Amino acid sequence: MPSNASERNTPAPGRTPLAATIGNALKIVIVGGFGVGKTTMVGAVSEMRPLSTEEVMTQAGAEIDDLRGVRDKRTTTAAFDFGRITVDATRVLYLFGAPGQKRFWFLWEQLFIGSLGAVVLVDTTRVEDSWYAIDRLEHHGTPFIVAVNRFGPGPDLERVRGALDLSNDVPLLECDARRRESGRDVLITLVHHLASMERARSVLKETP
Amino acid sequence: MSPEPAGEESPDRLYTVTGGRGGTDESSLDSVALIVAESEPAADMQSEHADILRLCLRPIAVVELSAELGLPVSVVRILLVDLLDTGAVTVRHHVPSTPQEGPRHDPDTLKQVLLALQRL
Ligand SMILES: Nc1nc2c(ncn2[C@@H]2O[C@H](COP(=O)(O)OP(=O)(O)OP(=O)(O)O)[C@@H](O)[C@H]2O)c(=O)[nH]1
Ligand SMILES: [Mg+2]
Repeated sequence: MPSNASERNTPAPGRTPLAATIGNALKIVIVGGFGVGKTTMVGAVSEMRPLSTEEVMTQAGAEIDDLRGVRDKRTTTAAFDFGRITVDATRVLYLFGAPGQKRFWFLWEQLFIGSLGAVVLVDTTRVEDSWYAIDRLEHHGTPFIVAVNRFGPGPDLERVRGALDLSNDVPLLECDARRRESGRDVLITLVHHLASMERARSVLKETP
Repeated sequence: MSPEPAGEESPDRLYTVTGGRGGTDESSLDSVALIVAESEPAADMQSEHADILRLCLRPIAVVELSAELGLPVSVVRILLVDLLDTGAVTVRHHVPSTPQEGPRHDPDTLKQVLLALQRL
């Protein structure tokens, strides 16, 4: 934190503003069931204190498009958190931790829009919580990888792959969401996956 | 899949903050669109508008504004549309996204992201 919080260009004490040259923002979403470690992972890799905010949704799950109409509707508030990593002088990467409680899952699809890709965090004691995430990501066409956050002993990765009915094309790895290097390795695996998908896409395009 | 409501909340406060507006083109403002102030807060400005202008002296993402202001993202989007209309702020980044295909990313962007992650 700057020693002089009232310094000019420091809009709020404790904030870490982006460099003035940043003009492009990228987004990666971390999804998974309740309590699998999404917030922990965002906090482990973020360059700033992770922030939390909320989205107000209508009962139908659609984003509010008319606040006047919403006066008469029931609305839902879903909290999610995010952190960020500065990429270079012009680019910044935002990491979103999706809300894990089942009643907020409808918000995920909105978070997928415009994202580079997603990480599905899995707790091996509750593998079935990840089915919905994988189904929605496939439906939405958002590239993803799967990371097993080990809370203790559990099935090995091949068994997890089987339980998730995960295609061999989707990278699957172990992680410890509390460790920065581990979160970093998960994100690196995702970006490698995205790069190889892009390569495959451009090869397809060039083939007559 | 039909979502369950998480609870009821009175939208009255939100209604007051946005003056009952809404429904314009704020849905096109991505959650990580970067907002930059183009002018100083004016004395007769709504306080939320002035707060936004103070926060975006440097580029700031819509979600970050939302977290700093303690207002839901959808409300911040509506407030931003007002400021965009008058030219008090501009958007630096527009996400090229087609939901079915996913956004396209040039190899250089992915390479730079990789390098940044390796520096972590
Ligand atoms: N033992 C162990 N505990 C972990 C690990 N990752 C997270 N935790 C703990 O698990 C709890 C839940 O972690 P969160 O990061 O809040 O999980 P979340 O996925 O964000 O939870 P929701 O947002 O509520 O769905 C916290 O108390 C963490 O400290 C891990 O790898 N090992
Ligand atoms: Mg969380």
